Amino acid sequence: MKPLLLSHFTATSCIGAGLSATLATLEKQGSGLAPCDFDTVDLDTWIGRVDGVDDIAMRAGMEVWDCRNNRLLQLALEQDGFGDAVRAAALRYGHERIGVFIGTSTSGIHQTELAYRRRDADTGALPPDFIYATTHNTYSAAGFARRYFDLQGPVTAVSSACSSSAKVFASAARMIAAGVIDAALVGGVDSLCLTTLYGFNSLGLTSSEPCRPYAADRSGISIGEAAALALLEPAGGTLPEGAILLTGVGESSDAYHMSSPHPDGLGARIAMEKALAAAGLASGDIDYINLHGTATPSNDAAEGKAVAALFGSGTPCSSTKGATGHTLGAAGGLEAVICALALRHGLMPAGVNTVALDPEVPLAYLLDNRRQPLRHALSNSFGFGGTNCSLIFSRAE
Amino acid sequence: MTTLHAYIDGIGLLGPGLTGWAQGRLVLADAEPYAAAKTALPAPAMLPAAERRRSGPLVRVALAVGVEAGAGWDLAQLATVFSSSGGDGVNCHELCEMLASNDRQVSPTRFHNSVHNAAAGYWSIGAGAMATASVLCAHDGSFGAGLLEALAQVAVDGEPVLLIAADTAYPEPLHAARPIPDEFAIGLLLSPKQGPRSIARIGAALSALPATAMADPALEALRGAIPAARSLPLLDAIARGNAATLVLDYLEHSRLALDVAPCVAAA
Repeated sequence: MKPLLLSHFTATSCIGAGLSATLATLEKQGSGLAPCDFDTVDLDTWIGRVDGVDDIAMRAGMEVWDCRNNRLLQLALEQDGFGDAVRAAALRYGHERIGVFIGTSTSGIHQTELAYRRRDADTGALPPDFIYATTHNTYSAAGFARRYFDLQGPVTAVSSACSSSAKVFASAARMIAAGVIDAALVGGVDSLCLTTLYGFNSLGLTSSEPCRPYAADRSGISIGEAAALALLEPAGGTLPEGAILLTGVGESSDAYHMSSPHPDGLGARIAMEKALAAAGLASGDIDYINLHGTATPSNDAAEGKAVAALFGSGTPCSSTKGATGHTLGAAGGLEAVICALALRHGLMPAGVNTVALDPEVPLAYLLDNRRQPLRHALSNSFGFGGTNCSLIFSRAE
Repeated sequence: MTTLHAYIDGIGLLGPGLTGWAQGRLVLADAEPYAAAKTALPAPAMLPAAERRRSGPLVRVALAVGVEAGAGWDLAQLATVFSSSGGDGVNCHELCEMLASNDRQVSPTRFHNSVHNAAAGYWSIGAGAMATASVLCAHDGSFGAGLLEALAQVAVDGEPVLLIAADTAYPEPLHAARPIPDEFAIGLLLSPKQGPRSIARIGAALSALPATAMADPALEALRGAIPAARSLPLLDAIARGNAATLVLDYLEHSRLALDVAPCVAAA
C-alpha cells in the first residue's frame, strides 16, 4: 500500500490525557489501573478509568450527544492541538474531502443502561430526556466527530468489537486510495459501561487483579476506557525526519468461534502476514510488536503461537494493556498511538504488572523498557467474532 | 467527484412481504402486488447446530441474504462488508433490562451476541471465510456507508466483495425511541469485472441531491422506516431492467448518486 502520514495524533486513557502524560507513564512503567469503582458495579475487578470524564460538558450546540463516550471523545479531541490540526486540514483539503472513521464497540450504551433504571413505573417507558440516535447508537461517536468539525465527507463507525479502531485505518486507507477523500480523521473511543464489565465477567474473562498479559499466572482482562485519534494524509513530498507513517494493514477473520480465538492463532497470523505484505516488509524488519495481549489465557497463548511462528522468538514485544487496561473498541487506536510514540521517542514500552512470563510462550517479551531507535512497529488487535487486524507504523528516515 | 464502479453479480433480499430476490424483483417491477407481512427469519443452515440455536433475528436475516446473494460463489473466499444501524434489538433490550435489575448475571451468549459484528462472526464461521470483514454503522445511513465501503474495496483490492446490510426491530421501551418496525436485509455481490452472473453495473458518487422515493406508498413507507430499506430505489431500478440514475439516502449532509446500467446476458 501507499504509505499514509499520521500528521497528527493524540490519545487519552487512564495513563494520561494527551501524549505527554501518556509518554511519561510509559517511561516510568506506570499503570492507570485501579479497583473498580465505576457506577454501581459490584464486581471484584480492576479498571482503567479516565479521570474527569463525568465533569466534561459537551460543547455548546452539541448537548444532544451528551453521554460518557462522547464526553471522553471530546476530552481527547481537545488534547495536543488535535482539533486545530483537523480544522487546518479541512481548510487545506476542503471539508467534503475529509472522511471520518471512528471505532467503537459499545458507543454510548451506558446512557441507555442508566435510562433503563428510570423507566416509568406504570408504562415502562424510558425517560423523556433519553436520546437514542446521538448517544446509544453505534454511530454516535462518529457523528459527533463529524459535527464537531463540520466535516462533509463519508462518515462511518467501525464496530468489530476489539479490532474496531485498528480497522478504521484500513477503511480510511481504502477510501483515500479510491480517491473518494484526500484525508481522514480516524480513531476509536470506548468508555466504561455495565454491558462490558458484566459481560466479560459472565465469560469468566475479567481478572480480580490488575491484568498481567503474557504472565504464567495471567488471569484475565482489566477493562479500560480510552479515546485515540489520528489524522491520516497522503505521504507526499518531503517528509520531516521522524514523521510517522502507516505502512501496512492486514485484516482477517478466524472462522472459528464467537468468543474464543483460533487456538493456533491462525487468523492472527494471516492478519500479520497481510500487513507485512502490504508494507513490503519481511518479519525481520519489524523492530517492536505491540501485542493484543489481553491477559486472558486463550488470547495470549494463541497470539503468542502466531507471533512466534511468524517472527521467531527474537522480536521485542509487549502488551501495554497492563498499563491502560483493555480499552476494547479503542484499543487499536490507542495502541497505534503508543506505537507512534515508540517510534518517535525510540522507546519500547515494557509490559507492566507481569512478573513471571509464561514459559509456554517463546517470545522476547519486554519486562523493562528498552531504549533504541526504531524503524518499524507492528500492532495487533483482535476481537470477538474472530476479527483480526494488524497495523504497521514506520518512522520516516 | 470520484465515482466508484462495480458489477452487481448477486442479490439477496428479505423484508416485510419480501421473501427473496426472485419474488422481490417481481414486486418491485410491478409484476406482483406488494403485500406487507412479517419478515421471515430462516434458521441459518450454514451454521453448526449450536451456533444456529444461538443466532438471533439479525444473524438470521443477514446470513440468509448473504447466502442468496453469494449463490454460485465460493463463500469461503469472499471479503465481506456488514452494515447495520444497530445490531440485534431484542438482545440489546434483554441485556439492558437485566443490567437495570438486581440480578446482573447476564448470559455469556447474550453478551457475545451483543457485539455489532455478531453477524460477521457467525458468517465467518458458517462460510469458513477468513477474508477481510468490515463491520460498519452509520445510523440511518448504514446502507450507504456499507455500499461506499464495499465499492472502495472492489476498486482498491480488485476482488469481489459481499455486502450485507441488515436491521432488526427493538422491542419496547427502546422501540419508542427507535421505531424500526421489522427486520430487513439486503445482500449484494459486488464484482470489479463483468462476468456471466452480472446483473447490472453501478457507479456511485457523493451527492447533495435529495434521495429518490419509491412510487408505491407502502414500499416508500418501508424505505423510510428501516435503514437497510434505503436500498430499495436501487433494487427497484435493477428489477425494472432499465438504465437509471437515482439517489440513495446516506448521511445528514450527503447522499449517494447512482448510475445503474443493466448487463445484457449473452444469448
